[in-house]
Amino acid sequence: MIPLWWFLALAAAMFCLGIYGVLSRRNAIGILMGIELMLNAVILNLVAFWRYLNPSVISGQVFAIIVLAVAASEAAVGLALIISIYRRRGTVVAEDIDLLKW
Amino acid sequence: MTLLQIIFLVIAAVMLIGSFLVVTSRRLIHAGLWLILVMAGVAAMLVILEASFLAVVEVLVYIGAISILIIFAVMLTRRVMDDTGPQSTQLWWVAGLVSLLLFGGLLAVFARVPALLVTASELPADQATVLSDLGRSLVDANRFVLPFEVASILLLAAMVGAIFIARPETSVEGGEDE
Amino acid sequence: MQTELLAWLIPLPPIVAFFAIILFAYRSNSLSHSLAVGGVAISWALAMVIFVRALLTPGFAAEPIVSSIGWLTGGNQTLAFGIQIDRLSILGLFFVSWTLLAIFVYSIGYHNFGHPADRDDVKGLPPKSGGIEPMYARFFAFISLFAFAMLTLVLADNLLLLFVGWEIMGLCSYLLIGFWYGKPSARDAMVKAFMTTRVGDVLMLLGIVYLYSATGSLSFHAILGDPAVLDKLAATPSVLGGGLTAAGLIGLLLFFGTVGKSAQFPLHVWLPDAMEGPTPVSALIHAATMVSAGVYLILRTFPLITAGWSEGMPLNPTMTVISAIGAFTALFAATIAVAQNDIKRVLAYSTISQLGYMVAGVGIGAFVAAAFHLLTHAFFKALLFLGSGSVIHGVEHGAHASGEHVDANDMFNMGGLRRKMPITFWTFLAGGLALSGFPLVTAGFWSKDELLGEAFGTGHPWVFGMLVAAAVLTAFYTMRQISLTFLGEPRTKAAEHGHESPASMTLPLVVLSIFAVGAGWIGISNTFPVLGGLVPNFLHDFLAAGLVEPTPEAAFHMTPFVASVIASLGGLFIGWWVYRRIPAGASDPLAKWLGPVHTLLKRKYYFDELYQAAFVRPVYWIGETLSYRWLDRTIIDGALVALARAARWAGSGLRNWIDLPVVNGFGDLVGDETKAAGRGLRFVQTGQVQQYLIMGLIFTGLLISYVLLTSP
Repeated sequence: MIPLWWFLALAAAMFCLGIYGVLSRRNAIGILMGIELMLNAVILNLVAFWRYLNPSVISGQVFAIIVLAVAASEAAVGLALIISIYRRRGTVVAEDIDLLKW
Repeated sequence: MTLLQIIFLVIAAVMLIGSFLVVTSRRLIHAGLWLILVMAGVAAMLVILEASFLAVVEVLVYIGAISILIIFAVMLTRRVMDDTGPQSTQLWWVAGLVSLLLFGGLLAVFARVPALLVTASELPADQATVLSDLGRSLVDANRFVLPFEVASILLLAAMVGAIFIARPETSVEGGEDE
Repeated sequence: MQTELLAWLIPLPPIVAFFAIILFAYRSNSLSHSLAVGGVAISWALAMVIFVRALLTPGFAAEPIVSSIGWLTGGNQTLAFGIQIDRLSILGLFFVSWTLLAIFVYSIGYHNFGHPADRDDVKGLPPKSGGIEPMYARFFAFISLFAFAMLTLVLADNLLLLFVGWEIMGLCSYLLIGFWYGKPSARDAMVKAFMTTRVGDVLMLLGIVYLYSATGSLSFHAILGDPAVLDKLAATPSVLGGGLTAAGLIGLLLFFGTVGKSAQFPLHVWLPDAMEGPTPVSALIHAATMVSAGVYLILRTFPLITAGWSEGMPLNPTMTVISAIGAFTALFAATIAVAQNDIKRVLAYSTISQLGYMVAGVGIGAFVAAAFHLLTHAFFKALLFLGSGSVIHGVEHGAHASGEHVDANDMFNMGGLRRKMPITFWTFLAGGLALSGFPLVTAGFWSKDELLGEAFGTGHPWVFGMLVAAAVLTAFYTMRQISLTFLGEPRTKAAEHGHESPASMTLPLVVLSIFAVGAGWIGISNTFPVLGGLVPNFLHDFLAAGLVEPTPEAAFHMTPFVASVIASLGGLFIGWWVYRRIPAGASDPLAKWLGPVHTLLKRKYYFDELYQAAFVRPVYWIGETLSYRWLDRTIIDGALVALARAARWAGSGLRNWIDLPVVNGFGDLVGDETKAAGRGLRFVQTGQVQQYLIMGLIFTGLLISYVLLTSP
């Protein structure tokens, strides 16, 4: 019915859009949103593979759950960092946070 | 074209448009809301994939927690960056090129692997069994208890870290000097 | 005690005394001379024991008593050292031990023992005014070493040990001639003596080597006592060819050692200059021992020299050379002695002349006669030298007493000393008469007469003639010496105030004069008219029995007897008559009569100048200019300097052209380029995360495309 590659293509598209967002957004929170997009694409990918290729083994879903947990914690920490940067520098534009330059 | 395929295509289109708008909206609040839409779409996809537990978790965690967190953060940092100045960096076209190339590459990879043309087979057991199996596997000493526990410690660390980082400056110490 | 043991012990006390003096006893003068005299006295006693045994035991040591110890072993050949007691060595022991003892005792008084040390005296110069010799102990150490060497040489049983003793004596003569090293003349003389005898020693060593390679042994007993070996050596032609046999060449080479050591022509030049040493040294070296060693060598190797020859045959080439050199030297030196004014130089040339007698004797095959003359000459020449030392001492003392500065050695400053120094006078007279061959009474007559008889009887008219002429001159210059020194009136105030020497000096003179008179009576030939046969010819029987081929006793001939009597009496009378009354300040009458010939004689035929120009200057030139300046400084140093410069040039070239630009430059380049690259590349780090991500993604994409494109 639905071939696997449809899911994979969808996930790939979301992933690429996420990459585009990470690379081109000026606002740091915008970048984080791009990252969340990417992680979602990954989860979709993982579960699609589980369902189509190995549905009897539960470790596909477990993997996806762990990814979800990691994504959540990473988003939390990242946003905390952004808040802290905002308090310090008064800006969340990624281009302006460049102290580690030459 | 079965019904399922049509539903899939519709939801996929919604997701893609939503994703596109996430990454290109001028106003971040809008981007956040479009993100919520995308995540709802993902949850729907997960339902189609018969990973119901994950769909619910997706909604709960992503839409219920993370997206809200993102919107909070946007609101807390509004002063500077609201509707002023360009939203994209200088090298946005390079980013676009890269992502297009990546997409193309991925599709080329998919084209080579014939195993990806399979359709779904039957689930070996019903959803309830799968769910209980999932739960058991997370606490089974021979299976995934360790990743499970480590993930919980990770969450604990993230929580503590986030609290510490985002604490308002009361003394001389700097937040981002961790 | 066994005779061998006694013989082994004989050389030891002097060498022990030498080491004891130089290591411990040198601080005490009396201890030093006691050790030295004691050592020589013990050797003398042991030698006398052997001598008495030889007299009392018939046939004692007719066959040599040999005892040796292996010393250097190389492969299956061993060089040994040991002692050999035979007739000749017993004779040698006799005269050597007596003369050594006499000279050692004499030295005590000669060096003014008992007098206080003079503060003005400097080590290295003779005492100025009769103080004790500052280097007293050193003198006794050296003469002890000398005694050891001579005794070793006499007792040696092989040529190598004899050569060892020979060389040690060479060293001691060097040290003792230059004893007063503060005098430049002494320094020159010591070097001259050493170098001249060295020339002879090198040839002698060649002879030893040749003998060893021809026979495989150096032992006297094995070679000289074995007729088969001698015949073989006499039969094989020598390596040089030319009609010389192996025995002849070896004998000739060994004889050249004698030419050097016994100061025969042409290596005679060192002996007169050696008078620079103290008088006991002159007596030791030039009378009793060292020059006798040269004659002793050819007496020892007499069988080798005369291999293939027997009485009545014409002389083989070696013997011809030996007799020619001996006879010529005898006459040559006697002519020079006639014109010398220094009392010791007269005696030096006299020694050369008498040694020529002995050498000529060996050359014509008169073994017993030569040994006889060696024996008597040792005694009377030592007596004459010690007597001259006593005279010089007396005149020096007179010079101090009168405040005059005169050359105490010059006979023309003496005169009339018979009254002031009677013992010296009478003993000197005895010695002088013995030297001249005063008939019947003195030892010199018997030995010289036998030599002249042998020369005449074996048909060698030239040798006979030269020896007779030399005898005339000998008597003449001896009487000249005695007249100038003792007779007449004192010519200087120093001679007026001279006085007799102490007992330590006069006692040895007396002892030696007894021998000078009496030693001749042991060798009276049996064929001598009237007296022959009264006393057996002890010496001939003693010595000839020791030879493998005993030589027959010399027959009596009237001609040589008359010639020798006329020569000695005539020469003595003329000498006395010319010189009996020479006033002070007068010159030598002989100078007036001979004129330029006298100058020639006085300047020793200009041989010293000749050798200086022909040998010494070229050697110096080779050393200083050729070797030092040209070879060493210019060529070798120059090569080294050029090498160093080239190395420096190469080094600096390498440094400036390779090291600095290439190596350093490369290192610097790496560093600089790295820094420049860093400076250029650092702009990549913009600090903007998104740009980093873009770059990472680009590279990842490139990698994936590569994998995709290359995978099948």
